[in-house]
Amino acid sequence: MRSSALPSALLAICLFVLFLGAWQVASSSGGGSAGPAVDPEYAKLVGAAAAIGQKTPFPSPADVGAKLWSQISDPFYIRGTNDMGIGIQLAYSIARVMTGYFLAAAIAIPLGFLIGMSPLVYGALNPFIQVLKPISPLAWMPLALYTIKDSSISSIFVICICSIWPMLINTAFGVASVRREWLNVARTLEVGPFRRAFRVILPAAAPTIMTGMRISIGIAWLVIVAAEMLVGGTGIGYFVWNEWNNLSISSILTAILSIGLIGMALDQALGWFARLVSYQE
Amino acid sequence: MASAFQNPFDPSTTLDRRCVCGRHATQAEHDRTISADLDAAAARVAETAVVKAVFGQDVSRRNLLQTIGSGTALAALSQFFPLAAAREALAQAPGALEKKDLKIGFIPITCATPIIMAHPMGFYAKNGLNAEVVRTAGWAVIRDKTLNKEYDAAHMLSPMPLAISLGAGSNPIPYTMPAVENINGQAITLATKHKDKNDPKAWKGFKFAVPFDYSMHNYLLRYYVAEHGLDPDTDIQIRAVPPPEMVANLRADNIDGFLAPDPVNQRAVYDGVGFIHMLSKGIWDGHPCCAFAASREFVTSMPNTYHALLKSIIEATAYASKAENRKEVAAAIADQNYLNQPVTVVEQVLTGTYADGLGNVKQDPKRIDFDPFPWNSMAVWILTQMKRWGQIKTDVNYQQVAEQVFLATDAAKLMREVGLTPPTATSKKHVIMGKEFDPAKPDEYVASFKIRRA
Repeated sequence: MRSSALPSALLAICLFVLFLGAWQVASSSGGGSAGPAVDPEYAKLVGAAAAIGQKTPFPSPADVGAKLWSQISDPFYIRGTNDMGIGIQLAYSIARVMTGYFLAAAIAIPLGFLIGMSPLVYGALNPFIQVLKPISPLAWMPLALYTIKDSSISSIFVICICSIWPMLINTAFGVASVRREWLNVARTLEVGPFRRAFRVILPAAAPTIMTGMRISIGIAWLVIVAAEMLVGGTGIGYFVWNEWNNLSISSILTAILSIGLIGMALDQALGWFARLVSYQE
Repeated sequence: MASAFQNPFDPSTTLDRRCVCGRHATQAEHDRTISADLDAAAARVAETAVVKAVFGQDVSRRNLLQTIGSGTALAALSQFFPLAAAREALAQAPGALEKKDLKIGFIPITCATPIIMAHPMGFYAKNGLNAEVVRTAGWAVIRDKTLNKEYDAAHMLSPMPLAISLGAGSNPIPYTMPAVENINGQAITLATKHKDKNDPKAWKGFKFAVPFDYSMHNYLLRYYVAEHGLDPDTDIQIRAVPPPEMVANLRADNIDGFLAPDPVNQRAVYDGVGFIHMLSKGIWDGHPCCAFAASREFVTSMPNTYHALLKSIIEATAYASKAENRKEVAAAIADQNYLNQPVTVVEQVLTGTYADGLGNVKQDPKRIDFDPFPWNSMAVWILTQMKRWGQIKTDVNYQQVAEQVFLATDAAKLMREVGLTPPTATSKKHVIMGKEFDPAKPDEYVASFKIRRA
């Protein structure tokens, strides 16, 4: 595996350069043919593309690069309620995701433990979980706004409710599938119920629980963008909405890039935790 | 339109006329008399309140006044109740502000000009308010955030306070609309590929976008196509699309056109995506569009704050109504913190010298105008259209709802305070596409349309 790391990194860079090149060519080829000449008075009032009878083109990689540079060179400015740097917006989103996510973990892991210990409860609750699991965050949002009556708590609630299910199901599944032999050994040694839960079941189920948590953080990060686009105010989702309002595709692209990078970082962090608790049978 | 703002450069207005109502020699005398009348009325209100409190039952009041005479009664009452003080307390509104830090929501469109500009140009601060203006993602969200009391007041579409008060599309909550923000200022924009289809009869099968179901845009578009013989429910499709998404959708060919607030129309031209078919001024010159709205609870529980806030808005509106200030206003509100649009787009909307998307530069200084007076008759018109298109199914007491939601008297009082001349009536006849609307006969008006759902 180690031997192939360098060639695959080189290939990845080549693919990226190829992609940028193709994009640059595609975005610059459209503007060649000038339309009918228009009156300069009129041209001053419209965008550069509209003045030659065309639509504003998709930005080139150079445009996006320039935008990205201007954003990362000053990420933490606050010029008013509605105008803050991309770093501040990302920080708001991360704070919301973390609050909602840890809230979900605090509910899902103990509850999943209880459900997993009892096949009866597991069977009874499973249909509800299966119905609630696939509901989109956008569907929860109006309900949350209507009942909670506070937009920032509503978005945290939506993150919580969407990221709770993978953790709940995986915890229950992990706990339920702890090997019989280990539980029997614990019983012969007359281990108390708490000790059995923390010293036998938890370590045995930990890798499965971590997998659930890793799925959940991905979902929470997906949900935040949608929730913030809907509610607005602050956050990276709001930033995307706001730049869409201004039809600034290059800003949207830089936002997409930062959403991807942060999402990857969150996933990697959870992956690292997962390796800590994994074991070989 | 009996606007509060007469343009002295307009050749059609007469500057040496007597006054708006014609009963006084000069406008100044008119103002004096009217404000004296209003002061007298305010005094009456205060007296009535005291007398009511003292007597409780009307029968005992009349008995007493008949036996001892009204002069004696007034003197007697003044002995132990300071009537003069009560009169003054009512006439002179601003006391201490109940709340200084306010949050006001807005949607990033030029209709919100007075609400937005009052922030960078200091109209809120001048009236002692520390107001924060918060850009909001959509009409449903602004409604929910205002109902949740996250916002103290908000920019809404003028039909929204009526719909909220009636419980159409939400739970009924008493809502008020103390000021209209802008008149005119909308347009019908079509995709560039339809540039030869200027006759609405050719629009069969078109897909249109409007910002919200309860919007003037929806009613004006429906009215416009219905007058040209198309049924807006069957011959064309109308969807509610948030304004920022309209240009993107027009570009992607998802819709054929929209009746939208600016700067969306001008932005479509700026990006070469569409052309302006017609300004909404051409459908109804002087129609209301967006509104400054607050809950009735806010109005009654914080009267001084409400007074200061409304005064800021009306002052900003007065400032924005002057053509010579428009460029300055455009530069102030196009900023990233407010509308987040290119300055030239906002400037074209506000100054009315604009590119139409077909290669012509057009001029219409009244493309958007600002007149805060919330005519009750406008509310009645909106209600007739809600009725016409089946948004309200039950019978409505048009006048009563209009008076409770469109607070014409409050606006008139504050307009006078900031040196404007409000109209003396609260209702008038409007002309929409050449057809007269008489607010006294709303039911007949609804019945007079061939295409209707009610």
